Amino acid sequence: MTSAAQQAGQSARHLGGAPVIRMIDVHKWYGEFHVLRDINLDVARGERIVICGPSGSGKSTLIRCINRLEEYQKGRIIVGDVELTNNIKRIDEVRREVGMVFQHFNLFPHLTILENCTLAPIWVRKIPKKEAEATAMRYLERVKIPEQAHKYPGQLSGGQQQRVAIARSLCMNPKIMLFDEPTSALDPEMVKEVLDTMVSLAMEGMTMLVVTHEMGFARQVADRVIFMDQGQIVEMNTPTEFFSNPQHERTKLFLGQILH
Amino acid sequence: MTTSGKTASAAYLRTTVAPPERPPPLTSGPLAWLRENLLSSPLNVALTLAGLYIVYVLVPPAVRFLLVDAVWTGEDRNACLVSAAGQPVGACWAFVASRLRYFVYGAYPDGQLWRVNLVFALCAAGIVWLLWTRAPRKDLGAIFFFGLFPVAAVVLLYGWPAIGLPHVHTSLWGGVVVTLVVAFAGIVVSLPFGVLLALGRRSRLPLVRLVSVTFIEFWRGVPLITVLIMANTMLPLFLPGNMSPDKLLRPLVGVALFASAYMAEVVRGGLQAIPKGQFEGAASLGLNYWQTTRLVVLPQALRIVIPGIVNTFIGLFKDTSLVSIVGIFDLMRTIEVSLADPRWATPVTAASGYAFAAIFYFVCCFGMSRYSIAMEKRLATGHKRQETDR
Repeated sequence: MTSAAQQAGQSARHLGGAPVIRMIDVHKWYGEFHVLRDINLDVARGERIVICGPSGSGKSTLIRCINRLEEYQKGRIIVGDVELTNNIKRIDEVRREVGMVFQHFNLFPHLTILENCTLAPIWVRKIPKKEAEATAMRYLERVKIPEQAHKYPGQLSGGQQQRVAIARSLCMNPKIMLFDEPTSALDPEMVKEVLDTMVSLAMEGMTMLVVTHEMGFARQVADRVIFMDQGQIVEMNTPTEFFSNPQHERTKLFLGQILH
Repeated sequence: MTTSGKTASAAYLRTTVAPPERPPPLTSGPLAWLRENLLSSPLNVALTLAGLYIVYVLVPPAVRFLLVDAVWTGEDRNACLVSAAGQPVGACWAFVASRLRYFVYGAYPDGQLWRVNLVFALCAAGIVWLLWTRAPRKDLGAIFFFGLFPVAAVVLLYGWPAIGLPHVHTSLWGGVVVTLVVAFAGIVVSLPFGVLLALGRRSRLPLVRLVSVTFIEFWRGVPLITVLIMANTMLPLFLPGNMSPDKLLRPLVGVALFASAYMAEVVRGGLQAIPKGQFEGAASLGLNYWQTTRLVVLPQALRIVIPGIVNTFIGLFKDTSLVSIVGIFDLMRTIEVSLADPRWATPVTAASGYAFAAIFYFVCCFGMSRYSIAMEKRLATGHKRQETDR
C-alpha cells in the first residue's frame, strides 16, 4: 500500500462509518497508455473531496470510473454495497445512486428543463409523473431557477444550465455526487452562482467528489484535497495543510502556477 | 472610440447613450433585395438575363401546350387530331379523362371501387390529422396512420370474405392505387426497420453489427431493378414448392428492404451527430440502452435527418415506377398500356399521358418536400441546440 492509500484509510476512519466508495489498487490503460496507476481511495459518507492536478493527470478519468463511464482494467471499485463489474445491471444500480455533473452540462436539448429533471425519475425510478414534477420543481427552486422550468436548455445561460444539471442529478436522490470540472466551461460571471449551489449542497452533508481548479471552493468546503499527476495520487491532505504546507515538489510547482 | 483632448488618453468613460438608428437607405426593402441578389455585379447581371431568357424559352410553350391549346373534352382520337380541331393541338386531356378510371384504379372491379375510395379517404384523413398543426392527439394520429391504417387498407383492398368483402386479386389492382400501396409500404417498413439497422450497425455486439452491415451493404450494392427481377423470378425458387408469394407482394418486399438499407444510412448519420455527452448524461442518470436510445438519442437524431429521410421517401416514391418492369400495373404501366389503344392514337397522346404522370409525381413529391420543411421549422422553434455540445 502506498502512503497515499494509508492516508486515505486514516481519513475515512477519522470521519467514522464504513466508506461509501472504496477504490482498491485501480489501474486503467488507454491502449498502451497507463492513465490511472495504483489508485487507492476510501471516501467516507458525507465527505467532500476536491481533486486537482494538471490536465491529462487522470482526475476526470478517476471520478468517471466511479460510475463506470470509464472501464478500468485492474483493481476494484466498490460503491455502497455494490462492486462494479461488467454486469450492466450492477452498473445501472450504481449509476442510480451516483449523480454526476459534467463540464458541458450534457442536458438534453430536445426536452424542457422540467422534462430534463423528470426523465430519469419517471423511467428509472418509476415515480409517477405528477410526483416527479413536484420533486423537480422543488430542486429547481433550490438552484433558484423555477421560472425557467418550461424553457429549453438552449435558451438558458451556461450558469443556469449547469444549475439545471445539478438539479437534474439531485432529482434522482443520489447518495454521492461527482462533479467533473463543473465551472470550467462557464463565463467568469457565471462561476459563482454554480459554486454557491455546490457549497450549499456540501453544507447539507452530500458526499461529493469534485474535480475543479476553484481553489477557493476547495478551501471553503473540502475535507480533503487530492493532487494528481501522471495518473497517480501524488498528495492528499486537509485543505489547510495542502495549501499552506505542500510536501511534494510537483504539488508545490502546481500551486505556484495556479495561485498567483 | 475617440478621446477628447490633444493627447490620447488611456481613460475613457461613456457619458451618453448612443440611441439605435435606422439603417441607411437602400440597404433593406425590395429594391435593395433586387440590387443585392440580381444585379450586384456584371456577372450577376448576365446570369439574371440568362435566367430570364431560359424562362422565356421554356415557360410560354409549356403553358401553351398544357393549358391554352389543350383539348379538354372528346370521345376519341378525332378530338385531338390537328385537322379535326382546326388549330395546333396541345395536350390531349380528353384521353387522360377517358382513361382516368384505369389510371387510378387499374382493373379493380367496378362494384368494389368504394373500397378503394374508402382507403383514399382514410389515407387523406390520416395525412390531415398529422399535417394540421393544431389537430388534437397527434400521437393517436400517428398510431392510426402507421398502425391501423395499413391493416385496414390491406383488409379493404384485398378483401376478407368473412366480413363480406370478396377477394380482389392483386393482379386486378393497378394505377395510382398500386403506386401508393408500394410507396406507402416502403415508407412504413423502411423507417422503423432502417432505425433498427442503424442502431445495429453501431451496436457493441459484433454479431449484430455484422448482420446489420452485411444487410445494408448488400441492398445498397444491388440496383433496384435487379432486386425487383430477383424478387419476381428467383424468390419462388428459393421458397418451398407450395409457397408462391403474391405477385405484388414480391416487389413490395424488395422495395421495402431496399429502402430500409438507404434509410439505415440516413439515420446513422443522425446518430453520429449526437454528442458523446448525451450518452454519458443519460448513463449517469441510470437510463439503460433502450431508454437512452428511445428518449434521448432518437428524438434528436431523427430531427437532424428529416431532410435525408424525406429525400429517401421521395426517391422511393419515384422508384416505385420501376415495378412496372416486372409486370406490376402501377401508374406508369397503366399509362403505357393505354397508349397502345388505337382509338386514342394521336401525335400528342404519349406526351399527354407522360405529362399526367409527371404532374402526379411532382405534386406528391413536392408536397412531401414542403411538409418536411414545415416540420423542420416547427421542431426548430422554441429551442436551439446547445452551443457547447460538440
